[in-house]
Amino acid sequence: METMTRKHQFDLTSQLPTSQAFLLRRSQASSRPPGMADKGVKVFGMWASPMAIRAEWALRLKGVDYEYIDEDLANKSEALLRYNPVTEKVPVLVHDGKPLAESTVIVEYIDEAWKDGYPIMPADPFERAQARFWARFAEEKCNAALYPIFMTTGEAQSKLVQEAQQCLKTLETALEGKTFFGGDAFGYLDIVTGWYAYWLPIIEEVTGVAIVTDEALPLIKAWFDRVVVVDAVKATLPPRDKLLALNKARREQLLSA
Amino acid sequence: MSSSSMSANISGEPPAVRVLGSWASPFVHRVLVALNLKGVEHEVLQETVGKKSELLLRYNPVHKKIPVLLHHGKPIAESLVIVEYIDEAWASSNGAPAILPRDPYRRAVERFWAHYVDDKFPQGIRVLRGSEAGGDKNKAAEEMSAALQHLEEAFARCSQGKHYFGGDSIGYLDIALGSHLGWVRAVEKIAGVQLLDDAKVPNLAAWADRFCAHPAVVDVMPDADKLVQFTVEHAALLKAVNAPK
Repeated sequence: METMTRKHQFDLTSQLPTSQAFLLRRSQASSRPPGMADKGVKVFGMWASPMAIRAEWALRLKGVDYEYIDEDLANKSEALLRYNPVTEKVPVLVHDGKPLAESTVIVEYIDEAWKDGYPIMPADPFERAQARFWARFAEEKCNAALYPIFMTTGEAQSKLVQEAQQCLKTLETALEGKTFFGGDAFGYLDIVTGWYAYWLPIIEEVTGVAIVTDEALPLIKAWFDRVVVVDAVKATLPPRDKLLALNKARREQLLSA
Repeated sequence: MSSSSMSANISGEPPAVRVLGSWASPFVHRVLVALNLKGVEHEVLQETVGKKSELLLRYNPVHKKIPVLLHHGKPIAESLVIVEYIDEAWASSNGAPAILPRDPYRRAVERFWAHYVDDKFPQGIRVLRGSEAGGDKNKAAEEMSAALQHLEEAFARCSQGKHYFGGDSIGYLDIALGSHLGWVRAVEKIAGVQLLDDAKVPNLAAWADRFCAHPAVVDVMPDADKLVQFTVEHAALLKAVNAPK
């Protein structure tokens, strides 16, 4: 949910060494001739945002070149605010000058706009409905169950961990008998939930709790290992040490507030 | 639990399309309007207020909420997911119009606004009808007016001078927003606020009347007064239900 990046708006990125190499690796700026400024694909994101990264994963699965623009959420660019005046959030996708916001909407758009490429959504209408149903469940229930863990300690936190595990256990049923949520291949629901594979272990380290364990969530745990080696994912994940540092600092700030 | 309209067909099988619903739920209205637009025969199974049927618990074990669409016994839940399914499953039925536009960008724009609607309206309506303990009604009214202002602008862009967000015919965003109109009008009465203000949102105000009078909607959308009465009768229940989807 984009609200995660909004809530944690105090900017620590300025205190970290600028990760130019990392950002350059993500961006694939194509040099465009003058007058062609509107052509092509741009993604406005934030390097630590698990929601914004979805747009990149979808584009990379389709083999689409794009320019990545990293936003300082405490000081949003004029371009971002112009392209998304309604919610002012990342990610924003701009395709040939036309902007779109809302990460799950963007992912479905990418699938439809480049329909002859890698299939992101299932083909069958009932399967598509299931994928959309679970994506909403993950976004609305699981994420809501996970965020508070980050902001609590002790007994209250233990209870929240159990609730989050129950939520993820329900989601796990959609993975039964499959390699990915999408079946044999990484698909829409994997794009929407894949951030768990990288961000949750970091949250676990920062908060000192175990959420996704072999005992509690064996299928999801095994799926984590498969997610992080998908090419599109590998190419875009932020450096672990920087993400860890950012989240450690955020938690300290939240707990001391 | 009472069932309305269609009974089992000649072979004794249940109808192909059934909806688990409630006459008061805007999320159920979305499904019924979509089925009506496509001309799909369906049976509505009305849930008893305050009691979840065995079918509901079986077919939506995750959320235990209406609406649920049963298509040849296969369940689909989440109102907007169901609407998209209806659009896809009856893609070119009887020359029925498409619910979502064909163009990918226009589809994405309508999906964005539908997401926005559900972000703003259900919670605002809950506060304005008094279902939220300690809810700030003035703030809720302001936020909903601001949201309507954004949607007024979106209407101009989406409709391109035509009658609906979808153009000549009712589409996805019309359904997503339009389904809330019954309750919007009800909370205008309950809270004594004006949301669909002719002066502030003239296009939306006119569209609202058109939508509610549309043949696919007119028998589905309850009167605001009935919803006001529902609020009075079920005050305790409405407080207990968390933000509906």
